[in-house]
Amino acid sequence: MNVLRALGLIFMLVVSPAAHAQADEAALRGIITDFAISKNFRETEQIVRELSATGDPAAARVLTALADGNVAFRKADKAVFIVREQAGKSMLLDPLTGEEAGQAAGGELTKVKVNNGLRRTIREALATLTLASPNPAIRQQAADTMFAAPDPTAIEALDAAIEAEAIPAVKQHMIEARASAVLFSALPEAEKLAAIAIIGERGDRAALSLLAGYQARAEGALKEAATAAISNIQSTLALWNAAQNVWYGISLGSVLLLAAIGLAITFGVMGVINMAHGEMVMLGAYTTFVVQNVIRASYPELFDWSLAIALPLAFLVAGGVGMVMERGLIRFLYGRPLETLLATWGVSLVLQQAVRTIFGPTNREVGNPSWMSGSFDLGQMAITWNRLWIVVFALAVFALLLYVLNRTPWGLQMRAVTQNRRMASSMGIRTPRIDALTFALGSGIAGMAGVALSQVDNVSPDLGQGYIIDSFMVVVFGGVGNLWGTLVGAFSLGILNKFLEPYAGAVLGKILVLVLLILFIQKRPRGLFALRGRAVEA
Amino acid sequence: MRGTIATMSAGLLAAGLALTPAAAQEDTIKVGVLHSLSGTMAISETTLKDTMLFLIEEQNRKGGLLGKKLEAVVVDPASDWPLFAEKARELLAVNKVAAVFGCWTSVSRKSVLPVFEELNGLLFYPVQYEGEESQRNVFYTGAAPNQQAIPAVDYLMNEEGVERWVLAGTDYVYPQTTNKILQAYLASKGVAPEDIMINYTPFGHSDWQTIVTDIKNFGSAGKKTAVVSTINGDANVPFYKELANQGIKAEDIPVVAFSVGEEELAGIDTGPLVGHLTAWNYFQSVDTSENAEFIAAWKAFIKDDKRVTNDPMEAHYIGFNMWVKAVEKAGTTDPDAVIDAIVGVSVPNLSGGYSAMMPNHHITKPVLIGEIQADGQMETVWETPGLVVGDEWSDYLPDSKDLIADWRAPLSCGNFNVATGKCGGKGIN
Repeated sequence: MNVLRALGLIFMLVVSPAAHAQADEAALRGIITDFAISKNFRETEQIVRELSATGDPAAARVLTALADGNVAFRKADKAVFIVREQAGKSMLLDPLTGEEAGQAAGGELTKVKVNNGLRRTIREALATLTLASPNPAIRQQAADTMFAAPDPTAIEALDAAIEAEAIPAVKQHMIEARASAVLFSALPEAEKLAAIAIIGERGDRAALSLLAGYQARAEGALKEAATAAISNIQSTLALWNAAQNVWYGISLGSVLLLAAIGLAITFGVMGVINMAHGEMVMLGAYTTFVVQNVIRASYPELFDWSLAIALPLAFLVAGGVGMVMERGLIRFLYGRPLETLLATWGVSLVLQQAVRTIFGPTNREVGNPSWMSGSFDLGQMAITWNRLWIVVFALAVFALLLYVLNRTPWGLQMRAVTQNRRMASSMGIRTPRIDALTFALGSGIAGMAGVALSQVDNVSPDLGQGYIIDSFMVVVFGGVGNLWGTLVGAFSLGILNKFLEPYAGAVLGKILVLVLLILFIQKRPRGLFALRGRAVEA
Repeated sequence: MRGTIATMSAGLLAAGLALTPAAAQEDTIKVGVLHSLSGTMAISETTLKDTMLFLIEEQNRKGGLLGKKLEAVVVDPASDWPLFAEKARELLAVNKVAAVFGCWTSVSRKSVLPVFEELNGLLFYPVQYEGEESQRNVFYTGAAPNQQAIPAVDYLMNEEGVERWVLAGTDYVYPQTTNKILQAYLASKGVAPEDIMINYTPFGHSDWQTIVTDIKNFGSAGKKTAVVSTINGDANVPFYKELANQGIKAEDIPVVAFSVGEEELAGIDTGPLVGHLTAWNYFQSVDTSENAEFIAAWKAFIKDDKRVTNDPMEAHYIGFNMWVKAVEKAGTTDPDAVIDAIVGVSVPNLSGGYSAMMPNHHITKPVLIGEIQADGQMETVWETPGLVVGDEWSDYLPDSKDLIADWRAPLSCGNFNVATGKCGGKGIN
């Protein structure tokens, strides 16, 4: 309450005298009750404009709720409330004070409908109301909204806000917002030229969009200045785009690496053409789904940890299935690649249909924990958190696997069996046991990849099918049996793909990658890094 | 006579309750269900199989059809297009079904067309499609482009003031044809070619980073921009996730989708997507008593309170009821008699009106534009004032604008050229 009052006070000082400072509560309530009789979006928009014209920050609460679709009126007496769903009931809150005002069943209320146009109007109205908010993030957001939607009448309010602003970064945003308003005002040319310079300095897409819109209607020196600023921004953005492409390539490469790394063990090291590899990835994703379901139902506070909990479980589930597969089927087929291919293909269909029967054919929702949602800006690049974490995770898994293979006795035995089975056997290594464990390791790693991929892709029974071709492509390209080859192969295919995509389109880009790959394999049948081993001899 | 019918229906009812198909073996009318239950399309088509079983059960509870019980014959074409033709042949020739309800993708429909023509069967096709087709044996109960795409573009143009368009689609026949029609339509509305960006992606595309950035770049030219998406079911989840993560809000660049329904949204957290649009002829959220009844009965049938309903389900609901009514009108299930009887038949749809079968074998429907809500449902923000008649041959494509279809005698033609006065020209006939 105090905050609100303080807000109101600041607002009184800040807003131009034209706006009524602190319209009295009764007048606000009078406007708000109109929501109940609004028949369409235009009328609702009119009410929003009236509310914002009062300039009273107290209106911010109801406007925010309206934008979120949380304002409704009671059918019986047309009283307007903010509604909050709580344990299946609708809590009614006072639209101005936010105090509780009783409860209602679903059927008694009619929601005040909003659409995009209305949400935009509300956002702009809120920007003027929250320019003096005590929270710097909100002030900055308000300034950015005003930047994108220039309003010459807001210049005075912005001047006052710039004066009062203590944080330089936020102040800069406000200065830019003022510049954008100046551009569309009746102020003299010199001021507008200065404004173009400020906006040009900003140099992001919002600035480009604003200037492009302005350039179309400007004349003379102003048009020239705007054109120069636009081409300036465009050339900077082109550089950033190239950097962005590299990042996208790395990100795609990390997804390829995750999908392929398990296969690099089962196919690369053991030489088993495992068509059910994709299904191990899918099992991992479904494990994540089950874990999240349990967490949602019983321990909602643990949701941000759901992926960490799902990781070892996915490893065990997929690894277990892999172990059963190896012991029950694949071990009878060693040295018979065609039969292995067909048998594992059959297993993949069985697994798909089993999952379809248990979980249904539709997509399952796997949520993103908060630390994997959204993006941050690096210069003019938007980097999404989920992609960044997947890159980190893929590299971590790779490092772990490298350690296991090269630094543990188990890894030593694995490599020994790969290089010369009979020799290894006569040295006392129990080769069948190593086979089972190696296959389980590869499958388990695929399961862990599934946990990560559930964050960027569909969780459906077909999840694995989309990755099987890519996985084989990466392993064959990188060189069968070589982990480093898989790493280099994944990232080079990813980056190549992403550099082709803007020019050739996604469809043709993929075709080109495949054609280049075929040509490459003609030249170097054993891939980038060839290795001697059972897979090569077979 | 009345007595016998009463006894008969009582007997049938008893048979239905006792669930003994053998007892009614001789007296059933068989209905074919041709939807993929495995493979990539199972995600969408399995629900439609369940819908058909549900509708048939409801009809049997009401006493069946022509005094006989209906019996569903379900086959699984496994998302394999040639297998669709094989299974269609099996349904018509071996099982002697009276009508078939099925297919989802256009390529599956195209592959069964010759079979239905040869064996004179009836196919009810429930999915929105690209138009440019009208076949004597097929009834198109989904939307034609003018019942979905064009009203959606109109809405964006008039209500949101969109001037710049991204047409994004999956690389196959439905998006390609729809985008061709939209491009011609936008050009007729004075949109310059440089204000249209067209992008195609492969099936199941999962890495949308570049394309979403392209859309952002395209949208920063000082003009209001919107995305018209004909992206196919499976690729939508990563697409919307990327949109949400890169912070593209519906207020800034709205996306209107033609293939995203309640079912597809069930796999995404829709919180960040509020305000993006879809265009359909039915939403689960439509507030009518018919719809409430349908949803309650469906949930009871499927025994799952969380299952949603969607537009193709409504299309099957309408198509099935039309077929029932036409058979009752004709007094027989003979395909020729039904084809003659069904034109003009009108049945209630779920959005509070009546849909009628037109002579071109398309139906009349209202067009609804909905915004995605945080709970994964759509909220209708606009609808056409009246019903829209499905237009099989688009008026905006140069080689089809003179064509009409009318399957009533004496014309009986699926591609009659009004300019030359001859039947024939473009199309499959």
